[in-house]
Amino acid sequence: MQNDIILSMRNISKSFPGVRALQNVGFTLRKGEIHALMGENGAGKSTLIKVLTGVYPKDSGQVFLNTDNSLKEINVKSPYEAQNLGISTVYQEITLCPNLTVAENMFIGRGSYQTVNWRIMKKKAAEILEKLNIPVRATQQLDTCSIAMQQMVAIARAVDMDCKVLILDEPTSSLDEQEVEKLFSLKRDLKSRGVGIIFITHFLEQVYEICDRITVLRNGELVGEYEIKDLPRVQLISKMMGKDLEDVSALQKRKPVGGETEGTPVYEAAGLSSIECSNAFDFKIGKGEVNGFTGLLGSGRSESVRAIFAADRITGGKIRINEKDVKIKKPKDAMKHGIGYLPEDRKRDGIVEDLSVRENIILALQVMKGFFRPFSRAEAEAFADEYIKLLGIKTPSMDTPIKSLSGGNQQKVILARWLLTNPQYLILDEPTRGIDVGTKVEIQKLVLKLAEKGVSITFISSEIEEMLRTCSRLIVMRDRKIVGELKGEEMTQDNIMHTIAGEAV
Amino acid sequence: MGSLIKKLTRSQLTIPLFALFLLVVYNLIRDPEFFSIAIATNNDGNTVLTGNLISILNGASAVAILSIGMTLITSSCKGQDISVAAVAAIAGSVFVSVLRSNEITIPVLLLAFLFSCVVSVLFSLFNGVLVAIFKIQPMIATLILFSAGRSIAYWINGGATPTVSSPLITSIGGFIPGIPIPTPIIIMVVFLILITLVLRLTNLGLYTQVVGINEGTAHLNGISPVWIKLTAFIISGVCVATAGCITVCRIGLINHETLLLDAEMDVILSVAIGGNALSGGKFNIYGSVIGAYIIQALTVTLYAMKVPSAAVKAYKAIVIIVIVVFSSPVVKDFVIRMYKKLFKKQPEDEVQAKAA
Repeated sequence: MQNDIILSMRNISKSFPGVRALQNVGFTLRKGEIHALMGENGAGKSTLIKVLTGVYPKDSGQVFLNTDNSLKEINVKSPYEAQNLGISTVYQEITLCPNLTVAENMFIGRGSYQTVNWRIMKKKAAEILEKLNIPVRATQQLDTCSIAMQQMVAIARAVDMDCKVLILDEPTSSLDEQEVEKLFSLKRDLKSRGVGIIFITHFLEQVYEICDRITVLRNGELVGEYEIKDLPRVQLISKMMGKDLEDVSALQKRKPVGGETEGTPVYEAAGLSSIECSNAFDFKIGKGEVNGFTGLLGSGRSESVRAIFAADRITGGKIRINEKDVKIKKPKDAMKHGIGYLPEDRKRDGIVEDLSVRENIILALQVMKGFFRPFSRAEAEAFADEYIKLLGIKTPSMDTPIKSLSGGNQQKVILARWLLTNPQYLILDEPTRGIDVGTKVEIQKLVLKLAEKGVSITFISSEIEEMLRTCSRLIVMRDRKIVGELKGEEMTQDNIMHTIAGEAV
Repeated sequence: MGSLIKKLTRSQLTIPLFALFLLVVYNLIRDPEFFSIAIATNNDGNTVLTGNLISILNGASAVAILSIGMTLITSSCKGQDISVAAVAAIAGSVFVSVLRSNEITIPVLLLAFLFSCVVSVLFSLFNGVLVAIFKIQPMIATLILFSAGRSIAYWINGGATPTVSSPLITSIGGFIPGIPIPTPIIIMVVFLILITLVLRLTNLGLYTQVVGINEGTAHLNGISPVWIKLTAFIISGVCVATAGCITVCRIGLINHETLLLDAEMDVILSVAIGGNALSGGKFNIYGSVIGAYIIQALTVTLYAMKVPSAAVKAYKAIVIIVIVVFSSPVVKDFVIRMYKKLFKKQPEDEVQAKAA
């Protein structure tokens, strides 16, 4: 039994200024298992991984690694050292060089600084890719591959470095289902080779599909380690959240309550198109209605809502707001007409990372108020204070730079920014992506609450269950075209899948 | 105490102010009379203040004014405009050329300044268009005028280096009769007040930083990155014209080859010493201005120490390396860690002391 264990972390503690990130956390990884590390944002998953890979020094505790069939204590000081010990990490954001070839990416920064034999490098890379069944050419430039392929290249790189422990930090959050499936078959393959895989994800389905064991963390403490078969989903969620079970299951059973399109449409577009969304489409949303765009990644759902907000250059279409013809040519026009847009990519389009939570919250309203009319400090603080309390944003102070907040709290700040503008129509593109279960539930509740108050909402999520829970109408997209619309009784997971796939039910 | 330290480590003005403080203390130890201000009568018969302090404040005015515009460009465009000194030469040449074709009176002087402002803003906008619309890296875009600027200045006055002399000119470059403070210092103060008002009364500061940190977010929140960048270049154009005209008035002639020669590097350095990231984003105008005074104080100190003028640059470089290294985040983190190690146990000691 002892020999099965490849990695054992015991009593790990780590504190940051003002925060106890980890407290006596233990973690055990066995050979050939896929082990899910679960917890809400801020539970300490990332910190634990960063301690393991030497990004952060630990305050106390021990790490043991199986070398030559016996556990030896290791003290990793840098990610480079971790790699040499056989601990490799593949992060959510690809950390490779997009303008180098696949082969170069696989061998870059490894071992000695001797001259490179390009021929051997390419040959070796091709061998590994073939062995792992990854359909890319070694000489292909990395950014010509899809995100999923890039991630697999990152894994191939890790595997070739004789890794014993492979850490996948949210590898699937930007992949569509087919890509996830490819990634999973690669993982199963690695598993059969005896690699221990630590898998961090927010997608519960994926955990149950592929993992053997789950370790749950909450608030920097170990909740427990479980066999997957002993822990049903609802229990897992409640363990992660530490909240009462009814809360979660109640929301899951809840019928969609959003209003209907009848009555005056708040927003109406005819033949709308943008440079990113060339297929003109018609769309309307009624007061207090919650609808959603669904489809696979790349189906054009984000591009469509971006066109509504005029985030990309508009190439055509007529827009009516509250039954009046209006022109929306740039985001500021949309904002003036009471439209808010929470973008899909929080990091690239949402937060202003170096600025404070306060400045991030007031940004949109400030722009609407005008260049020559800045809010006074007191006004800005009052707004920030109100919304930090309202949404329960966890931040040391409103002057903290937003980049030091967890993903879920950053998302709440962006939400606060748009709620502050008092929009009549709010577009939420993947508001729950990459954030913890607790905040997800909160955001869904908030959507329904806003709808009750008469705000129209377009909601996009990769998780169909989430869409079913919140939307009263679903627009289904495939290959950048709207292929169907589902309402009321028609809205079932099966129906959606079939519509996306383009088959009759 | 703890919160004070926290504030100090967070404020980007701490290091520049501390460096300035050290320079002052060092000079006071070396020569207690160093900063003493004397009252003298100059050649024009005005009662004026003299002394090292005045010459530092006076000498730094042009660079300080230029650093205001440079800070805005740095923040929004994530790069620097290296053509400021060359464009200042153009602005100065236009200024002189207007002055020489008329009798110098106050309206003519204002007109000449206005002309040079317009020309300098146009040249600055040329840079701005290349950077903001054509998305050329600022250093490459401004390299064009960096190399061509002084040639353009040469053409404006037909290759000559004409002088301008008038009591009005001396009162701008030197002293206004009856006011003992050098006029460039007054102009600098006026500029600082103006930019403070602009930053207070508009959202220029917020928008500039948002554009510099995350253009995507700026766009989606209704801020136009192109306009903000162009605004930075327009403001910088006004700064450049002012700096150019002050310098012309001070020396009484336009020499397109030497006017503010190498000043762009001092300006960029001021921005950096002021704790502003040259990669854009968050900025503090006052930091850059303090940076300009640090550089000038350093120069005056070195001259006062009888360092040969050829060697001054080397000594300057050494001090600047120290300042820049000390303000790097690496050192900052280290200082915070050391502070914690040293003072962490203090509360326990106090508790013990109380118990005893």
